[in-house]
Amino acid sequence: MVLPETKEQFNLSRQCKRYGLSLWQCPQFLFLFMGIIIICSILITYFIGRNYLGDPELVALVVLFTTAILFIVATIIVQSFERLAEISRMKSEFVSVVSHQLRSPLSNLRWAIEFLMSGRADAITEKQLEYFKILMENSDRMRELVADLLNVSRLEQGIMPFKKEEVSLAEIVGQVVKEADIFAKASNVVIDFEDENSLPRISTDPVQLKLAVSNLLDNAIRYTKREGRVKINLAEKGKILFCEVSDSGVGIPKDDQKYIFQKFFRSSNILKQQTEGSGLGLYIAKSIIEKLGGKINFKSQEGVGSTFWLTLPIG
Amino acid sequence: MSKVILFIEDESALQKTFGDLLQQEGYEMISALDGEIGLRLAEDKNPDLILLDLILPKANGFDVLKKLKTNAKTQNIPVIILTNLEDINNVGKALELGATTYLVKAQYTLAEILEKIKKVFG
Repeated sequence: MVLPETKEQFNLSRQCKRYGLSLWQCPQFLFLFMGIIIICSILITYFIGRNYLGDPELVALVVLFTTAILFIVATIIVQSFERLAEISRMKSEFVSVVSHQLRSPLSNLRWAIEFLMSGRADAITEKQLEYFKILMENSDRMRELVADLLNVSRLEQGIMPFKKEEVSLAEIVGQVVKEADIFAKASNVVIDFEDENSLPRISTDPVQLKLAVSNLLDNAIRYTKREGRVKINLAEKGKILFCEVSDSGVGIPKDDQKYIFQKFFRSSNILKQQTEGSGLGLYIAKSIIEKLGGKINFKSQEGVGSTFWLTLPIG
Repeated sequence: MSKVILFIEDESALQKTFGDLLQQEGYEMISALDGEIGLRLAEDKNPDLILLDLILPKANGFDVLKKLKTNAKTQNIPVIILTNLEDINNVGKALELGATTYLVKAQYTLAEILEKIKKVFG
């Protein structure tokens, strides 16, 4: 496994192609080029210095010349990095603009479907209702995806609003559980959560924290096939609060575990089962929790279940 | 006499849906497709409630709101902001300018918006 990855790392032309850059704009190649020049220049200076010791001016000239070349290469490298950063910024901005633009037609669509479904326009048949439900479910999926994309783009651009206030973690988790109730019942999943009133209040952003916890709970319910149980535990451990969501779901295959917090990553076993999802939920949860000064992690076994936990600093 | 609602919104699809919905609920709805027409109709027709989008042609929602709230004829008309701009700063700005409530389109169903409208009328 290690060998192909290492080989891939050394395949510079392919890596540069991935960034859409030519060799002379590609930082990886330029670093290698600069390294070779440094080694060569040291060797040349050494030989010149040894053979023409009587002419220190020549040695100084060679050193000056090679330094100038290195300086030019370093400038090009910095420019390439700037270009990469600019491309990344433009990509985030593009996602944000597109998502915003998608929202208006989506609202129009959702409300028009809701109007038809309510029977206000005209009486509807059972069969029509079935199809309206399909339209509604899919426009809701699009709405969720757009919301996820907007959140990712805000997090990446650093413009996600974070507003801290004194809150109770138990209360926030309680709200998330309540909101997930319909989805859990529809999925035959029982949520096991006991309100821990004894925990200290913390200074954090309730809106963002709610989003992170709800992404964890949503996954736990979504990936529990057949009947199951999701357990939420809260605890205080030293200077941190701890929230753990464990499920008896499909679990994450061992090979997929290291990628699980990556954007758009979806593990192989859930792709087979065609479960809906954008692959953005855990990425968003991790970004938020880290911004709030906490950590997020998990353990999982395929076919047995997963346990995700997050920590938040007290005070 | 039925209550009159002025809907300032440039999406004609929404004008249609809300027009049908509000009419069925016994309200009279007047449409304005841009900010300037909205301001004029607010003054001429003296509606009981204004639903206001923020991104509008000719005069944007904030300008419209500011003018509504500084004009003696219209300053007492409740205004519900109905937009897809989610930025927390916009919410604060709109409420400060005198909006009754701020609703993000993507987060509400028609039925919920109808509830909010009824709540304004008490």
